[in-house]
Amino acid sequence: MATPTTAGAPDDASHVATAAPFDAAAERGLLVVLPHPDDETFSSGGTMARCADAGVPVTYLCGTYGDMGRRMGRPAFANRESLRDIRERELAEACAVLGAEARMLGLRDKCVEFEDPIEVADRVRAVIEELDPSTVIAFYPGYAVHADHDALGLIAQLAVRSLPAGRRPRLLAVAVGDQEANRAALGEPGVLSDISATVDRKIAALRAHRSQTEAMFVKWDEDAEDEQAKAFRDRLLGGEKFYLLDPHHVTDYERNRP
Amino acid sequence: MHPIDRDAVQAELDRRRDQPVYLHLETTTGSYTALGPEKKPPVIAFVRNAQVTYARGVVTGPGPYRVGLKLQEGWVYADGLTDFVVTERDELLLAGHDPDGHLTVALQVSAQPFREA
Ligand SMILES: [Zn+2]
Repeated sequence: MATPTTAGAPDDASHVATAAPFDAAAERGLLVVLPHPDDETFSSGGTMARCADAGVPVTYLCGTYGDMGRRMGRPAFANRESLRDIRERELAEACAVLGAEARMLGLRDKCVEFEDPIEVADRVRAVIEELDPSTVIAFYPGYAVHADHDALGLIAQLAVRSLPAGRRPRLLAVAVGDQEANRAALGEPGVLSDISATVDRKIAALRAHRSQTEAMFVKWDEDAEDEQAKAFRDRLLGGEKFYLLDPHHVTDYERNRP
Repeated sequence: MHPIDRDAVQAELDRRRDQPVYLHLETTTGSYTALGPEKKPPVIAFVRNAQVTYARGVVTGPGPYRVGLKLQEGWVYADGLTDFVVTERDELLLAGHDPDGHLTVALQVSAQPFREA
């Protein structure tokens, strides 16, 4: 484990703060940088819709087309070769629901970690410079379960880090998976977004990602009493939680990369 | 895709033999197995757009099906195939799906390279 950055702070926590509410009205622009079509809705769809409602420009810079996913709909209606275009259309529909503009980085699904991170970070930085958002949302490197999530999380962090001080948006990081383990390593998330006003649109956007979420909705309907499914749904549709990530904080993930 | 019709798949394999074809071979547990109750690590592999030439390609089994492609110096093998389709681009796609409709295995051949992102 890493040496704590602050005396008494949990390992790998860049920042320990008392939780502050996410204030959409205070934003100038929101840029979400995640690798797959659907990551945006799962992690921050309610927050994106809140910003759109407040008149804040919202952009989703999506790393890949999710073309190597294994979910094909239930029953399956996609295949390995049709999935790319299907997911691109699903993303366009979800972003229309959330009030966001979608842009693609065009990386190969599952292969983000094998790209040159500096090269991709330069492309992300160019988008930040163009849009000048007040906040960037990305995955927390090392706490995002999927290798693409961790890799693009670091790339987004490197992009923000490379900007001159004063031009850097704040970086909100999403940790996924085992919440207990994440809390033990990172502390409590510093920013909480109340999505009660936009949860219907988050659900509509989840449904728009049909190939990826049909099986989940079937499970929710069929196994209404399944404790694990219920806990996941409650977490997904409850508030969205973010860690305030210092762009200069070197995570274990960054330290251990090749 | 449709449930595999062995005769139809065999005819498609025969039609592509003795010529260079692009291969997509894949097997996947999905990337989120670590979140499951057994906390298993994911096991995933794929090869996309490797060029091979097979002199003999055979589909066997009672379903799920197996396919073997005999190369000049080696083999391509997949088990667990349940569905197939020939796309508009004349690609032969074979795949296995679990009861949730999730892809578990894929073996695909095409005279043209498969699309890249
Ligand atoms: Zn993802």
